[in-house]
Amino acid sequence: MIVSTLPNAIAMQTQPILTLEHVGKTYANGTVALQDFNLAVAPGTITSLVGPSGCGKSTVLKIISGLGDLSTGRLAWGGGIGQPKLAYVFQEAALMPWATVIDNIRLPLKLAGVPKREALELVSEAIAQVDLQGFERVYPRELSGGMQMRASIARALVTRPNVLLMDEPFGALDEMTRGKLNQDLLQLQHQRNLTILFVTHSIYEAVYLAHRVVVMASKPGRVVAEIAIDSPHPREPDYRTSAQFNRYCRDVSHSLSAAMGESLALAL
Amino acid sequence: MLSPALDQPKSQPKWVRSLLSPDVLAPIIVGLVLLAAWELAVRLTDTPHYILPGPILILQTLATDWPTLFPSWFVTMKIAFTALVAATLSGLFVAILFAQSKWIERSFFPYAVLLQTTPIVAVAPLIIIWLRNNTFAALVVCAWIVAFFPIVSNTVLGLNSVDPSLANLFKLNKANRWQTLWHLRLPTSLPYFLAGLRISGGLALIGAVVAEFVAGTGGTQSGLAYQILMAGYNLQIPRMFAALLLITVSGIAIFALLSALSNYLLKDWHASAMKHEN
Repeated sequence: MIVSTLPNAIAMQTQPILTLEHVGKTYANGTVALQDFNLAVAPGTITSLVGPSGCGKSTVLKIISGLGDLSTGRLAWGGGIGQPKLAYVFQEAALMPWATVIDNIRLPLKLAGVPKREALELVSEAIAQVDLQGFERVYPRELSGGMQMRASIARALVTRPNVLLMDEPFGALDEMTRGKLNQDLLQLQHQRNLTILFVTHSIYEAVYLAHRVVVMASKPGRVVAEIAIDSPHPREPDYRTSAQFNRYCRDVSHSLSAAMGESLALAL
Repeated sequence: MLSPALDQPKSQPKWVRSLLSPDVLAPIIVGLVLLAAWELAVRLTDTPHYILPGPILILQTLATDWPTLFPSWFVTMKIAFTALVAATLSGLFVAILFAQSKWIERSFFPYAVLLQTTPIVAVAPLIIIWLRNNTFAALVVCAWIVAFFPIVSNTVLGLNSVDPSLANLFKLNKANRWQTLWHLRLPTSLPYFLAGLRISGGLALIGAVVAEFVAGTGGTQSGLAYQILMAGYNLQIPRMFAALLLITVSGIAIFALLSALSNYLLKDWHASAMKHEN
């Protein structure tokens, strides 16, 4: 018994929290969104999914969240905890325009029937974590795009999830705001030991945030490369100018263009 | 509580300023010019007042005939208001029912359209016969038929216009049907419903007047339409105009009230009620 605990503990550390095996997704109209998609996600890490539009990046998140179902293959949650608490951050902030920031963030708790007092504590904690203090009573339209996204992230954090699924959350934001939010996201991930799946079409963002970058190609959606980003984590802004960062970006870019050339050749 | 008095003399109160704005002044001036031209034309051509009375005579008639006209106005407004409340409640109920499933909507929506496309003048006699013991109820039913559809149609559209990402968020948080309706679909449909309500407000009044015309009821229950009919038979054209004026002004007032309600409810978040500065 004693002998087995130690290797077990180590095994637990490396055992994936989530595995997708040979996952395929075909839509009713016959479009193959995903084909033989394999992915193993280590707990407490950020995995970026990067690829051209239509490569099924978002479909992967939909399947993991249960919003969409898979046509073939299987999905398994590891670590013996069953399905962990999930939260989803959408491409657009998707806030309710008729509700104030505080009511928007409280929504998941309200739907779960959490008592008001307890809910408001969790909400103010989430608001503090995304630096939105002082904007509690404001309506979404009065916020900038970046701040709306912060509110959207706070709404995802308020249920204290283990796994965060993010679908191009910063795609519509300007470069400066995006950089700042990337930085804050890295902090949050460390503080809460979150497992994050981050879909993006920005190679730089994918490399900067992730422990591992999964490069995808379209028609049909599939994985063409997996690149481990072995730089210290969380990263500081000056990492963006390092040679290491640039090398990783080049690697991702190469596998992307190789895959796209391939699918172009297939199409021709 | 005491401080507002201090800055009162410096600037005019808000409502005075808004009355003096071009938005209000311009149409008033146009109206006054047109009325003056009307009065002048009637006087210069010596048109007899049983053909076309001037605006001054109409206002005089309105004042002298007030004891007859006001109770009639009250009857008509009571019919229109009751019909509007009934249309709002039943319209909301039916819209929520339709929004529960595509099949319910597909199966029953054509019949809601049927209510809208049937000319009220054609069915009013039937309804009046069926409800001959209760004229008030008959008239309310007629006005309700006219006012019902815009509320149903707009609210159904609103209930089905939910932001897909928000719908997914509710699904991910395992919201039940009732929670999704209350926290997502009804707030989404509020601007649509209010737009429908504004249309139905005017239609309820029109429906009430049309139904009264068909019913032609006299006695204490007589509405403005009856006054118009009687004035027509008796060639009391100024009284006819005065009654017409009351109907028009009431229609405008209903619209203004419902617009104010809409602006009040949407002022915090909906583009239709917000001030834009560029």
